Amino acid sequence: MHLRPFGPHALLAEVADATEALALAAWARHTGLVVTDVVPAAGTVLFDGLAPDEAASLRSRLATWNPPKAGGAAPPETRLVEVPVDYDGPDVAFVAEQWGTDVEGVVARHTGTDFVSAFCGFAPGFAYLTGLPDGLAVPRLDSPRAAVPAGAVALAGAWCGVYPTASPGGWRILGHTDVSLWDATRSDPALLAPGTRVRFVRA
Amino acid sequence: MSLHVLATGALTTVQDRGRRGLAHLGVPRAGALDAPAAELANRLVGNDSDAAVLEVTLGGLVLTTDVGAWIAVTGAPCPVEVDGAPRGHARPEWLAAGSRLRLGTASSGVRTYLAVGGGIAVDPVLGSRSTDTLAWVGPARVEPGTRLPVGPLARRPAPHDTPRPPRAGPLRVHPGPRVDWCAPHALQTLCGSAYVVGSASNRIGLRLEGPALERVRHLELPSEGMVLGAVQVPPDGQPVVFLADHPPTGGYPVLAVVEEADLWQCAQLRPGESVRFTPA
Repeated sequence: MHLRPFGPHALLAEVADATEALALAAWARHTGLVVTDVVPAAGTVLFDGLAPDEAASLRSRLATWNPPKAGGAAPPETRLVEVPVDYDGPDVAFVAEQWGTDVEGVVARHTGTDFVSAFCGFAPGFAYLTGLPDGLAVPRLDSPRAAVPAGAVALAGAWCGVYPTASPGGWRILGHTDVSLWDATRSDPALLAPGTRVRFVRA
Repeated sequence: MSLHVLATGALTTVQDRGRRGLAHLGVPRAGALDAPAAELANRLVGNDSDAAVLEVTLGGLVLTTDVGAWIAVTGAPCPVEVDGAPRGHARPEWLAAGSRLRLGTASSGVRTYLAVGGGIAVDPVLGSRSTDTLAWVGPARVEPGTRLPVGPLARRPAPHDTPRPPRAGPLRVHPGPRVDWCAPHALQTLCGSAYVVGSASNRIGLRLEGPALERVRHLELPSEGMVLGAVQVPPDGQPVVFLADHPPTGGYPVLAVVEEADLWQCAQLRPGESVRFTPA
């Protein structure tokens, strides 16, 4: 792990990948660290709002952390959310072609994959879901759509994501769901907070 | 009791000290861009420092009140009128029931703050009354016709207890996490030249134009967490300073981080004005 200072109140920890970042963030949240934000991302964890003497303490605690073994099972306490999908998206045929299969093949693969929310970004409640192998990565649109509706289930690279609110977007849309991904009035506003396990099912 | 908004100018929002600890869900922090000015306004009317105020962009706010209230106007100086008569800037003023407050065009700076004794009491969203203009989490943007509830008075104004506004100067910067993605002299370039504020600047970021900051790595940086005051270097080398509504993650390397105590100046710089950086 490589630690990079990020101004006087923050540290950026570089790790191998999103899975390791998620594990480090979960571990750090349970160490009683005095910090405002712990933000996992694709290959880093940001610790922001560290109390003045906390950076040194964090550095020494991080030295004792070991990444989880590759392919290890998700911790049993992680929540599993089922997301029903209508596979009626404009890019489902494109994805089928990229994957060398037909639409049914895409649905079978997508509903048969165990996804995990690695981190949120782009918009409140927009979760980057890992689970697809790199071999199934698909390119983004050359030019993003001006409007992607809320609930669109989409792919970019090997990531899967569900748009929580309508926004512009360049991901390849497989279909849509009616579940509410983001609700600021809920005590847990993001349905797919980092660490949540996700299964897609046919609506 | 409530305020009835008749006009808002370019942009008026409710702001407090922001929404903390939700960056991992993709929620910007938001909060008053010129935090010391908002805090001063609150202290002038006897509020706690976390009370919500109105942030008014370049003046133009007009409102009436249905009961008497203490108010204070701070930040970007602008004419303050109550029923057509001039009132002071940065001091407690009494707004009688039924009177009409008008903030004229700001003569310098960008953001003016209006605090009301008791605070703007709109319902908090995820622990804060701030509106973030990136994802629009929080209370709706203030529009003509908006009625804003005001909370109960915490205490009487204490004008002799108020701090002086901070002094302007070059923005002090700390090295950022991706110094090694930029040329070895990039920090010197940033600190050695004046940068001009671009017209696309907003609550999300201060966009600057000046000597390009050279990058030595041109790969795509996977998105990583961002902090308030981060100085991002996009491919064109023109730096962007992240302000309160910045996206919680970003994919451009961060060369430097502006000292938090200096960020209020970014809230008040107009397009076309210049700014300098200096090592912290």
